[in-house]
This record gives sequence, structure tokens and C-alpha cells, in this order.
Amino acid sequence: MLNASLTELSGALGARKISSVELTQLFLARIGELNARLNAFITLDAEKSLEQARAADERLASGDAQPLTGIPVAHKDIFCTRGWLTSCGSKMLSNFVSPYDAHVIERFNDCGAVTLGKTNMDEFAMGSSSETSHYGPVKNPWNPAYVPGGSSGGSACAVAARMAPAATATDTGGSIRQPAALCGVTGLKPTYGLVSRYGMIAFASSLDQGGPMGKSAQDVALLLNVMAGFDARDSTSIERSPEDYTRELDAPIEGLRIGVPREHFGEGLAPEVARAVDAALEEFEKLGATRVEVSLPNSGLSVPAYYVIAPAEASSNLSRFDGVRYGYRAPEYGDLIDMYCKTRAQGFGAEVKRRILIGTYVLSHGYYDAYYLQAQRIRRLIARDFVDAFSRCDVLVGPTSPTVAFRLGEKAADPVRMYLNDIYTIPANLAGLPGMSIPCGFAGANGPAALPVGLHIVGNYFSEARMLNAAHRYQRATGWHLQMPGAA
Amino acid sequence: MAWETVIGLEVHAQLSTASKMFSSAATAFGAGPNTQACAVDIALPGVLPVANRAAVERAIRFGLAVNANNADNINRRSVFARKNYFYPDLPKGYQISQFELPIVQGGSIRIFTSTGEKTVRLTRAHLEEDAGKSLHEDFHGMTGIDLNRAGTPLLEIVSEPDMRSAEEAVAYAKALHALVRWIDICDGNMQEGSFRCDANVSVRPAGSDALGTRCEIKNLNSFRFLERAIEFEAARQIAILEEGGAIVQETRLYDPERDETRSMRVKEEAHDYRYFPDPDLLPLVVSEQWLEEIRRALPELPAQRFRRFTDQLAQTPATAAVLTSDRNLADYFERATDGASPELVRQTANWIAVSTNAKLNERGIDITRAPVSARQLRALMERIADGTISGKIAKEIDDAMWNGEGDPDSIIEKRGLRQISDVGELEKIVDGVIAANPKQVEDYRAGKQKAFHSLVGQAMKATRGKGNPAAINEILKRKLG
Repeated sequence: MLNASLTELSGALGARKISSVELTQLFLARIGELNARLNAFITLDAEKSLEQARAADERLASGDAQPLTGIPVAHKDIFCTRGWLTSCGSKMLSNFVSPYDAHVIERFNDCGAVTLGKTNMDEFAMGSSSETSHYGPVKNPWNPAYVPGGSSGGSACAVAARMAPAATATDTGGSIRQPAALCGVTGLKPTYGLVSRYGMIAFASSLDQGGPMGKSAQDVALLLNVMAGFDARDSTSIERSPEDYTRELDAPIEGLRIGVPREHFGEGLAPEVARAVDAALEEFEKLGATRVEVSLPNSGLSVPAYYVIAPAEASSNLSRFDGVRYGYRAPEYGDLIDMYCKTRAQGFGAEVKRRILIGTYVLSHGYYDAYYLQAQRIRRLIARDFVDAFSRCDVLVGPTSPTVAFRLGEKAADPVRMYLNDIYTIPANLAGLPGMSIPCGFAGANGPAALPVGLHIVGNYFSEARMLNAAHRYQRATGWHLQMPGAA
Repeated sequence: MAWETVIGLEVHAQLSTASKMFSSAATAFGAGPNTQACAVDIALPGVLPVANRAAVERAIRFGLAVNANNADNINRRSVFARKNYFYPDLPKGYQISQFELPIVQGGSIRIFTSTGEKTVRLTRAHLEEDAGKSLHEDFHGMTGIDLNRAGTPLLEIVSEPDMRSAEEAVAYAKALHALVRWIDICDGNMQEGSFRCDANVSVRPAGSDALGTRCEIKNLNSFRFLERAIEFEAARQIAILEEGGAIVQETRLYDPERDETRSMRVKEEAHDYRYFPDPDLLPLVVSEQWLEEIRRALPELPAQRFRRFTDQLAQTPATAAVLTSDRNLADYFERATDGASPELVRQTANWIAVSTNAKLNERGIDITRAPVSARQLRALMERIADGTISGKIAKEIDDAMWNGEGDPDSIIEKRGLRQISDVGELEKIVDGVIAANPKQVEDYRAGKQKAFHSLVGQAMKATRGKGNPAAINEILKRKLG
């Protein structure tokens, strides 16, 4: 059951081979066994989960079930969940029990899925290693001395270690795809605007996008069916008719033109990652795809542009955490300014403060044009690069991350090295394009020392079904996604 | 040295929408603290703003109204921006406003003052949300926060520095106040803060083209305070300059208790608001079709009606200005004069501009709450025209109508106010007056015109005001020969 696909679980629930309560208990037990070591979850509430499971069982019995009814799903602690602590990995919200549900949570609740728990993450989604959480670092289930990637490290770890059949996550610069790569799971960041941001605690509004994580492209397609959809409460949500993302999964990919961006195979790419990605490209060719070399000439500017735009938006988005209405407030303070200063000094961690400072600086009078406006210009150039590339190919394929997982603490003291983890994933956020990561092999010694490599697939706007099709065909042919961490 | 005062106004008009600028919470005034603040207004983590279409529509209505119905001052694409600063009653830590690209750019307002007619140009008008309220009393050293007002839609209307006196500034503010109510985008309630003025004031030597250093005066929530504050501020600046000092650019607060302005913060302490486009909101796009729908639904504008009143009805600009200061008053006038003769129209216009207007001001109400209906006023005007009563008696009847005593005809009957035009009766009265006032008769015959007026007055008094003044005049002249 722990290894079963969502389709299999759904079938078992529908056939009454297992109840949602039993399934939920099974995963809660698995979490109980592993979470102390891996720290993937911030909050668990068996009573609440089982209550939902019981309701799902009734629904299954009444014949009113949908594909995910009764299936436990872990939610990143960035999604506001009514009645649940929603901390965003921060001391600032360490007492915030959300009075409302995010749109994504509503969607899962509506279809009868069970909230299995809230997953750990980098504080306010700022990080690439899940080490900046107020609740301590998440560990990589393939080797607990290594990081799981971030910021959605808890969700990736939970799925990889089979503590959850599926999870939600968010991606601002790679926070779904990079941890999916480092933990060996499948993660998809949809086209900007496809999944409502309502109730998803904002990091950088113009880049943030929620998406699913699962064991396979097929599972991810089922999850996306639930998550995607117009929401009038998010002005950036896109109104378009609903799609079934599973509809093209099995279609042949003969003639699929795969663009290989040469800039994503240059300096900084670990040889063992390059080898796994090359092998995957060969596999795609075997499946009938053709390979086209393309160029994204401005992609080298994406990290600097991102580290202007994202902190700028974050500095403003995080202003609401001021100790006045909810969340953490310093226990002792003098006047109002002192209350603000102490609350924010104590409530935010170092990485969050660093980004607030950068963001405040780049928006300041006299610097705005040189930084923020310049970064917006670069952003448009990067988007244009993709338009050019997609005139010659259907999807872009490359490495998700330049390296496999690194050791805990290895890059914590060097923010710039940490930021370079997302060098391949950031351009898709800047352009608003969908991107996904799927497992494509392992680097390092065989056996317990091996660490997963992720393959990055970027598609054109709203081409999620096509990307999932390519990923699914690859997964049917290879089976890397079926590998399960030995440490778990 | 002669000085010239230069004034520009920033007016915040609260838009009369049912819900807030970016949330669905209600905007009604006076509810219990924080009962009209939803998750978006409180700025819970994860919430997002959605622009209120009704507020945008009102801003467009305003843009059309200040530009003679021409939409070339409406930006088809405007941008919401974040104005960042920390304050406890600003829940998000930023206010959503419009900065570089406001929805309205340009337009003008026509004003009338004792020195004549003038056009004040508008720089811009932009949409924004209001902050909440900090309550410093009743909380024992703490501050209470009421977020009911947070997110209320405002239209900030910025004028060019085109005004040269407190009188002009007040005339502009009143014209704007009348306009926003006329086109039904703001209730204009100044006590509740629905219409608030900030004044930018500077002075310069008369004849100079350069602008002096300005001070911004905040907290002007009545026309009288606006006038007093500008007068105080101009005098303060002139006094400094005449002593050889320099004006410091600053924000000042008007204190109505002491009738003075005092410094709030100087320029160096001014915030760096770090404006940038709000990534949660797409640019605001106004389609031609929507513009056309709004244009079609606009009522006849005050300027159009003003022109109609002066051109077609031959009224003086001053009278027309009063009649078009309020759409309901203009409607009232038109109802009272429907199908009337030109003479009756002129008489009614003057009556409303002087008498009715004074009574409204005295009671502090608008015409919709006046006890005298348009039909009753019409009857009163007709009784003057047909000679049933004199203008003087009409005032008495008007007072009675304002006290709720009913129609003019019944008041005339009840009080016996019908004008005495019977020559025989009046001759008897005049004879009595001549007999009782030999001194005045002698003076009149000696050529003193004043004495004649006194005799007319005596005769009128003897009729208790009911005598036909023209007839009395005629009889007196004849008898004194």
C-alpha cells in the first residue's frame, strides 16, 4: 500500500479493499516511525485526519466518490488550513491557527481527500535546502546527512519516504522541482495562474505557484486535476475551461521535439548529473522524440534578476507580520517602533531578514530604476528567449539542479552558492512557464550511498498535459521513479 | 511687499460602494469595531485583493464629469501600486494605491468667487484604499485598532496649484463636493470623513512665476477649517519671509481649537514609500465599451446644466451657480418652474438662490429634506405674480411653510394675508396716514424723498403688510399731489 499509485489506492478504496481510515492510519503509522528522523512534518493531528477519513468512507459507501476521495495528502505548511497551525516554517507564525482554507485546501477537501499533516519547509519558502525552518531541518530520506532540497523539502521527503502518497508544494524559484529532484520524486510547477494563490502565504507574488508532488507523472496529473482551476479571489488566476491532465498520458511521443538548452549544460553542472540527463535524453530518443539544440541566451541573468524581484516582493509581502494582529509578538518592548523591531528581529530567521533587507534596498528611492526596473527588463528578455526556443521545440529538457543533494550545513553559510541551486529552475518562474522534475537516475555509489538525479522538463504555457505525457512515457519505459530510499 | 498665495488641493472622496476597494466586506459607517473587517482587510496570511468594479466605475464617472464627458483623460490601462509603510492601522504594511499610472489624468473644475469665474485644472485622480483607525483613548496606555475603515475605496483628487486665495480654495472644494454628490460617487459627508481635504500652500511675491516652498496641511474636514487653515498658513509663511527667513517644506496639521497649523513632520522625516506595482493585481484595463456604457448612464452634468440655465433661462451666473451646486436643488428648481412663464422662472430662481438657500444653510440640510415641496413653492410664486400677496408677505408665508403649516393658499386664508388692492379701502388708510403725519407731509412737499418712503411704510404698517405697495404708492402720490 505504501508504494501504491494514487490510481491503485483509489481502486482499492472504491472496491472497499481498504477504508480511508485504515489507509490514513497506515500512513500516520509510517510517519510515526520515520518523522523523528526525517522531520518532514511540522504538524500532525490524527484526530482531524481520521475525522476526514471517516467522512470520506461514508462518501465512498454512498457512491459519491471522486478519484481522490479518501486518499491522504500532505500539505506544505504554506497553505492556510482551517483549524491547523499554519506556520510557513517560521517562528513568526508559530502560533497561527488559520481560520480559513486556502483554495488548494478547499479543492482537496471538496473532493474528499484527507489532510494527512502539514509539511516542513524553508522559512517563508526562502531556501533551497529546507534548513531555514524554525522547526529544524528536513533530512533527505536517501541519506539523512544530506538535505532534501527546498523550500518544499518536507513534501518531497514525505512522498519519497512513503510517509504520504502525495503532497502539495509551492515553487517560486524551484521550490517544487529542486526538492523533487533531490528526493527522487515527481513534482510539477504549473503555468503561473493555473493554481489559485488564495490562502497560499505569499513569498514573491508574481513568481509563486502551487503545484503537486507525487511518486509519478500519473499521480501528479491526478493531483493537478484537483488543484488547477479559476478562483475569482486571486486576480492573477486564469479563467479557462478545466482540463483532464491525465487525458494524454499514454499518447505516443513520437515526433516530440525536445529542446536541449545549451546554457544548462555548461560550467557548474556536476558530471554525474550530466551523465544521467544525457542518458534520459537518449531514452526519449528511443521513444521516438527528436532532439533539438536550443539557446536561452539570457538565462545567465536569471539568478541576479530573480534575487532582485523576489526579495522586492517579499519585503512588501512580509510587512504584514508586524506583531499587531496575529502571529508572534516580542514579549517585551518599549514603544511601537521597538515592538516592530523586536518582533521582527525575533520572529524572522536570518535568511528571511537577508531577503527583506535586499528587497527593501532595491525598492528604495534612487535604487528602484537600477535594480527593480532593470530586473523586470531582464525578466522580459528571459521570457522572450523561451518564446524563441518554443518556436523550435515542444518541451525543454535539462537537469533540474546542477548537483545532487548536498550535506546538511554544507552551503548554509554561503547564500550565493545556495542560490545557484536554482539556476536551471528560476527562468521558468520568471517567464511564468510550467516546469517539472522527474527522477532520471542516481549519482554517487550504488546502494545506500546513491542520491537521486532530477530531470527538468519545461513546457510552453498551459502545456502541462503534454509535459505529463512525456514524463509518463519516460517513466513507463524506465522505472527510476519506482526506486525507494533504503534509509527509509 | 505684496504677496500672492498659491494653493493646490488633494481631496480624498470616499466612493459610495457597498463593499470595499479590494474585499467584499461592507463599507457602512458606524458599526462596532472590527465587525466590518474580513480576512482580506485584516491582512491574514495568504489573502489577496480583488479590485471592486463599482469603485472603478465611479472613478471613471468622475473622470468623464471633469472633462465634459470626453474620455481622453481616462487611462485605458492604469496600475495599482503598493505604498509601503508600517503603522498599526495599516494591516498589510502597505496601502494599495495608484502611483505612476492613475486612472484619471487631467480634467478641470469651474469655480465662481467674488472676483469672478475661474477654471481649476486637475492633475489626476486615482483609486486607493483607506487605512483603519487607531484609537488612543480608553485603552489604558495601549492603542486600539478598528479596521472597519481599512480597505474603504477612496478617490484621491489632486488639483494643480491654480488657486490664489482661501476663497478660491473653498469655492473649488465646494464645487468638487457638489460634483461628487451630483454624479453619485460619494455621499460627501464631511463629519464621517467621506470627503477630506489636504491643502498645499505656498506664497510668493506678487507677479512672480516661481513657486515658493510649500507646506501640506492635513486634517481639514470642513470648508471653514480649510479657509481658516489656508489663511493662517499664508500669513505664517509671509511673516517668516518678511523677516528674512525661509519656509521649510513640511507636513502641517491644522488645529481647529487653536486655529493654527503646526508641524507634523519635515521633509527629511518623510517616508520612502518604496512604491512598486502590486503583483497581486493585474493592470486595470478599461474597455471602450465599458466607457461608453458609463458615459450613457451619466446624468446631465452641473456644467451642462449651468450653461442651460444661463443661456436658455437667462439667469445670472451667480444664481445659476447656486442652483447647480446640488443636483437635487437644480431638480427642485426645474420641478417648481415646469411650464412657467419666463418672469415666474426668473422670480423662482432668485427665490431659491437667496431665500431657500439661506434656509437650507441655516438648518444644515439639503433640499431633499426641506419641508417645502417644489409644488408649494410654485404656488407661492404664483400668488406673488398674480398680486394675491406682496413679496414681503410671501416671506412670512414661506416661513410658515418651513414650519410645516401647509400650502401657501391655506396659510393666506388662515392668516388673512391676502393683499389689499381695493382702492377705496387703501385711500381711507392713506388719508389716515397723511392726517397723522403732518411733519412728513411737509418734508415731502419740501422735496425730501425720504419722507415719502416713510409715509409708504406707515401705510403698509397700517395694512399689516397686506397693502399692495404699488397701489399705495400711486394713491399717496396722487393725494400729496
